Amino acid sequence: LAAQLSLSLAECPGTGSAQAGRAAACQGCPNQGLCAAGKAGPDPAEVAELRARLRAVRHTVLVLSGKGGVGKSTFSALLAHGLAADESKQVALLDIDICGPSIPKMMGLEGEQVHQSGSGWSPVYVEENLGVMSVGFLLSSPDDAVIWRGPKKNGLIKQFLRDVDWGEVDYLIVDTPPGTSDEHLSIVQYLSATHVDGAIIVTTPQEVSLQDVRKEINFCRKVKLPIIGVVENMSGFVCPKCKNESQIFPPTTGGAEKMCQNLNVSLLGKVPLDPQIGKSCDSGQSFLAEAPESPATLSYRNIIQRIQEYCEQQRFQEEKIM
Amino acid sequence: TLAERANLAGVRHIVLVLSGKGGVGKSTISTELALALRNAGKRVGILDVDLCGPSIPRMLRVQDSAVHQCDSGWVPVFVGQDKAIALMSIGFLLERPDDAVVWRGPKKNALIKQFVTDVAWGDLDFLIVDTPPGTSDEHISTVEALRPYQLLGAILVTTPQ
Repeated sequence: LAAQLSLSLAECPGTGSAQAGRAAACQGCPNQGLCAAGKAGPDPAEVAELRARLRAVRHTVLVLSGKGGVGKSTFSALLAHGLAADESKQVALLDIDICGPSIPKMMGLEGEQVHQSGSGWSPVYVEENLGVMSVGFLLSSPDDAVIWRGPKKNGLIKQFLRDVDWGEVDYLIVDTPPGTSDEHLSIVQYLSATHVDGAIIVTTPQEVSLQDVRKEINFCRKVKLPIIGVVENMSGFVCPKCKNESQIFPPTTGGAEKMCQNLNVSLLGKVPLDPQIGKSCDSGQSFLAEAPESPATLSYRNIIQRIQEYCEQQRFQEEKIM
Repeated sequence: TLAERANLAGVRHIVLVLSGKGGVGKSTISTELALALRNAGKRVGILDVDLCGPSIPRMLRVQDSAVHQCDSGWVPVFVGQDKAIALMSIGFLLERPDDAVVWRGPKKNALIKQFVTDVAWGDLDFLIVDTPPGTSDEHISTVEALRPYQLLGAILVTTPQ
């Protein structure tokens, strides 16, 4: 049995591939029935429905990691704030971390609820031009555990994309949970209904994080999701009193910089540790607004600008072709 | 079944290490707890059910090890200074360490069940089960698979914020 499982691990054709459920390695795999019936992913009719709903979204970026606790949600929230600082842009932040939704607290929206209208679910607005959706808004109490298996999580993610009335959006940011599982497969498959500019991958400098992040990079390549670049969080700490710099999470194998060189992906930037970041997240405020002089703010702003440039450049190329 | 019960029959205490939140130190604590218990003379095993991000093999410097079979199932990898801590992780089943395990729930559940019933743990004082973040397939399946056994309890790990 061990040999059989090892084999299927190596030779799984991928749940989204044409061979799903039909390859030799699929024999005995518990997913075989689902894959063969094409039920592992969304059906074309659903995708068409999503395409209609997401037609007015200009740019979509996914924030991924593979590793937990590296700052995906923190980064997603700050990216949203950073992009929404331009009042002419409409920004949407979608939190698909169903088990551990951090976005409501980070955006100062705890306790808010989702309202329904004729045109669908209404996002919760932080600013006029910044709307948010998360399972957090659907819970009766913030301590309620959402103990769902994959298919139920996938159903909610589909609803978030299909039933939320985002309106016209310049940037849709999707915050994800750690891992490479149902949520990630589903969001990539559902978002095939729209244009995805790419993924931003977040890590911290130590090898224990990088080894999970390399898997995430391989996941992106497997599902043909372009990688905008990697952000290294918690990259050094400068003491505000003595200004001495410490490596709290030493990059024993060269950190994100070396990994990016090896894997030929772009390093968008490194963000130092700043205790104010955690405090701002806890109090639901924008760290960029609360600590405009922090070196971390400078790093974040540079990274956000690079992401904007990447997205705008993509659009420019497309329009040239058209 | 009798065969299923056999592999965990010699395990005195099963401890789950949980969080909900990622990156708080579950795997680190699981590893240090195992090493400390071993130091105190206990027979220890670690079951790493984080299928997407298995951290334990690297933490115990056995990321290049492979798993073998015996009559009663899979033989765990023996780690630590005296090679006396038994470890099972999906990390040992990957062809390449950077391969992403991109599985939906049902496939993850099947492997977790196998990890619980098909590993020949032998006689252990403690089996520490390291989990991924969240409250989903892995957690439900692990608790369900361990229900027939002496589950001592769960340690919850967090950070201050």
